[in-house]
Amino acid sequence: MHPVLKLVAQRIALGLLLLLAVSVVIFAGTEALPGDVASAILGQSATPEALANLREKLGLNEPALYRYFSWLGGVLTGDLGTALTNGQDIAQAIGQRLGNTIFLAACAAVISVPLAILLGLIAARYNGKWPDKLISGITLSTISLPEFVAAYFVIYLLTQVIPIFNPVAMVFPGMGFWEKLHAVALPVIVLVLVVLAHMMRMTRAAILNVMQSAYIETAELKGLSPMQVIWKHAFPNAIAPIVSVVVLNLAYLVVGVVVVEVVFSYNALGQYLVDHVSKRDLPVVQAVGLIFAAVYIALNILADVISIVANPRLRHPR
Amino acid sequence: MPETLLDIRNLRIEATSYPPGEPPRHVVLVDDVSVSVEKGKVLGLIGESGAGKSTIGLSAMSYGRGGVRLTGGHILLNGRDIRTAPPGALRKLRGKEVTYVAQSAAAAFNPARRLMEQVIETSLSHGVMTKPEAEARAVSLFRQLGLPNPETFGTRFPHQVSGGQLQRAMTAMALCPKPDLVIFDEPTTALDVTTQIDVLAAIKRAIHETGVAALYITHDLAVVAQVADDILVLRHGKKVEYGTTDQIINAPHEDYTRALVSVRSIDHAEKPEAPPLLQVQNVTARYRGTNFDVLKNVSVDLAPGQTLAVVGESGSGKSTLARAITGLLPPAQGRISFAGRSLSADLAGRSKDDLRELQMIYQMADVAMNPRQTVGTIIGRPLEFYFGLKGEAKRKRIQELLDQIEMGKGYENRYPAELSGGQKQRVCIARALAAKPKLIICDEVTSALDPLVADGILKLLLNLQAQEGVAYLFITHDLATVRAIADRIAVMFKGQVVRYGQKSDVLAPPFDDYTDLLLSSVPEMRLGWLEEVLAHRKMESAGN
Repeated sequence: MHPVLKLVAQRIALGLLLLLAVSVVIFAGTEALPGDVASAILGQSATPEALANLREKLGLNEPALYRYFSWLGGVLTGDLGTALTNGQDIAQAIGQRLGNTIFLAACAAVISVPLAILLGLIAARYNGKWPDKLISGITLSTISLPEFVAAYFVIYLLTQVIPIFNPVAMVFPGMGFWEKLHAVALPVIVLVLVVLAHMMRMTRAAILNVMQSAYIETAELKGLSPMQVIWKHAFPNAIAPIVSVVVLNLAYLVVGVVVVEVVFSYNALGQYLVDHVSKRDLPVVQAVGLIFAAVYIALNILADVISIVANPRLRHPR
Repeated sequence: MPETLLDIRNLRIEATSYPPGEPPRHVVLVDDVSVSVEKGKVLGLIGESGAGKSTIGLSAMSYGRGGVRLTGGHILLNGRDIRTAPPGALRKLRGKEVTYVAQSAAAAFNPARRLMEQVIETSLSHGVMTKPEAEARAVSLFRQLGLPNPETFGTRFPHQVSGGQLQRAMTAMALCPKPDLVIFDEPTTALDVTTQIDVLAAIKRAIHETGVAALYITHDLAVVAQVADDILVLRHGKKVEYGTTDQIINAPHEDYTRALVSVRSIDHAEKPEAPPLLQVQNVTARYRGTNFDVLKNVSVDLAPGQTLAVVGESGSGKSTLARAITGLLPPAQGRISFAGRSLSADLAGRSKDDLRELQMIYQMADVAMNPRQTVGTIIGRPLEFYFGLKGEAKRKRIQELLDQIEMGKGYENRYPAELSGGQKQRVCIARALAAKPKLIICDEVTSALDPLVADGILKLLLNLQAQEGVAYLFITHDLATVRAIADRIAVMFKGQVVRYGQKSDVLAPPFDDYTDLLLSSVPEMRLGWLEEVLAHRKMESAGN
């Protein structure tokens, strides 16, 4: 077997194992909370008989190990259980919101990743000169702003001063693609501002690190222009560190944007999770937690795989 | 009438250096150097490190490494002054009119891109030829330079070919855009002596066949004597002597040049055989997780106060032998006895005396010392550790050791970064001596040094041996060093000792094939040596 395939298969297998371990932690964590689902549903004034009845009905008297495996079995077959608070099927409720989350994250990523890398390359090209300082200064100030401040600033600017967008980012099933894009424009702008700096600075640092290499001097002595040197000779050798930071930011865009969702009343997974945490709706918390963990692990596997494939020593062994 | 291609007049090059703990210093790297190269001729630039030879070489592309500035004089290339030319104009001539071959091709090739892409890159970016033309030229250059499978060689990545092949690929890369001038910056220094001769021959042939002019930079006068028409000898950024190769080699005017020509002339009489201090018996060793024997059944011994030289190319197992003796790599089979007792194979099983009596000196003195400790701390550490010396007694002993390595007062409080390469190596020797060892293993200790400095180190080691009666296991790839210092020699090849005995026996015919190849590959300080060797080898292979 080609060594790259072997390495990739190893990474994926490790990721699945990690996911399994995370599922145990999530289940054990919710188990360790005081009280159980039955007391959460019925409240503090419940009679002991009613509690016992409900426990029997929900299967809470079974041993924890049994309940873990039946939950895991359900997850593997696409059955995430029902929400306690409203009796809705969790898988169905998550499905649409996950779609919204990914739509928002994808829009932000499509703009921010190329922009961050481009700005990073430019900053590296003009290292220490004014374009570098300007780019670093702007991205650092945007990352220093808390998300909600940035959000309100953007709302003020683009709905009041120049009224071209709607402050509430509502999307419904059945909306057209462009309509949806218009609706999410403001949260996308905020997210881009938030994630830009990290990726841009890593690109700049990785490129500058590679620029110390002897082969960069060779490229300069070939009479290539500075941008050619960076793009053709430095960038291919800086991919691995850049990708790992890009992926961390993508994961953040999926699982960490609840504040932005709330500010724009955007109906997505983060808000759904926070709602149900406050209501102690444990099955929902477990399901969403597992999905977030899966996203993190999957994206990091992706980063590993890209780093492996980008390494000519692994791709083309001696 | 010969046409002048490169004409350097009164060149002055400066830089700002930042010594640790001191204000920045302004230094003049090259001062008032004038030199010229005619079309199709080869000029050798020779000198120690810091002589400014690479700096002058790169100035022919109007390039200053790091913060180096070309501050005065003229650099005329094809009749126009490029010293003050704007970046755009320089980009047009770099890689087209002048190209560069670096010392370490392994570092100078981009690891992420195929060789062919890199070799033809300038031909395309400067519009010298079309892609098919450039590829065809690259393949013919690969063939001319004797690279294996020239048709498909370019599809490989740099890590897939050997160091000698990469050096030739870099030469092909420099010749591909049909430049007027190629700068060879120590192109064979990092190679094994048996590889060096092939690369040297390939470069010489390529220069001859393409009619390109060249600047050939090296610290090895014997190498440059084989390829250059003229030689410029440099020292501390100034011209020492400038003349034809014949005149420089055979009738040098200046003392410094004479010193360079006669540098390999330490005379060391071999000591008689004696009962051994160190006995290595049938040692076989491999690295963990592999089943390849790096050492195969190696047996050598070494008498007290004598020197055993272990010679071989990189990968022959010389340094692995040192690791086995010091206990860093416990051998799979065989035993090692030292001073009449059997040494534990494993480092953890050795007594403090075992450790003390067996010291090491390394090739890279820079990285063998903690840069944040002063010389006094570095030398004082073994004094404390082995002998419990403190305060005045320790200070006195440090001074004694500094005197022994001929460095004198005032060095105790210096940091390694403030010392020259030779001084750093001397401090490492003092640190080894501080333990009062019976045996010092010297692993390529002079390889990173300039010839004259290396000579000084060898003389010091011989003096110390006479004073202290310490034995050396001297690992080197350089046969001239072996002649200068050894009593006994072991020639290693692919993990085996192929020839072993007293120096006078090992270096006298009849030779085995490998020792013959090794000995005949060492450049000799005379004109025409390269052709003689190649002709001789051709005859022999025809005879077989």
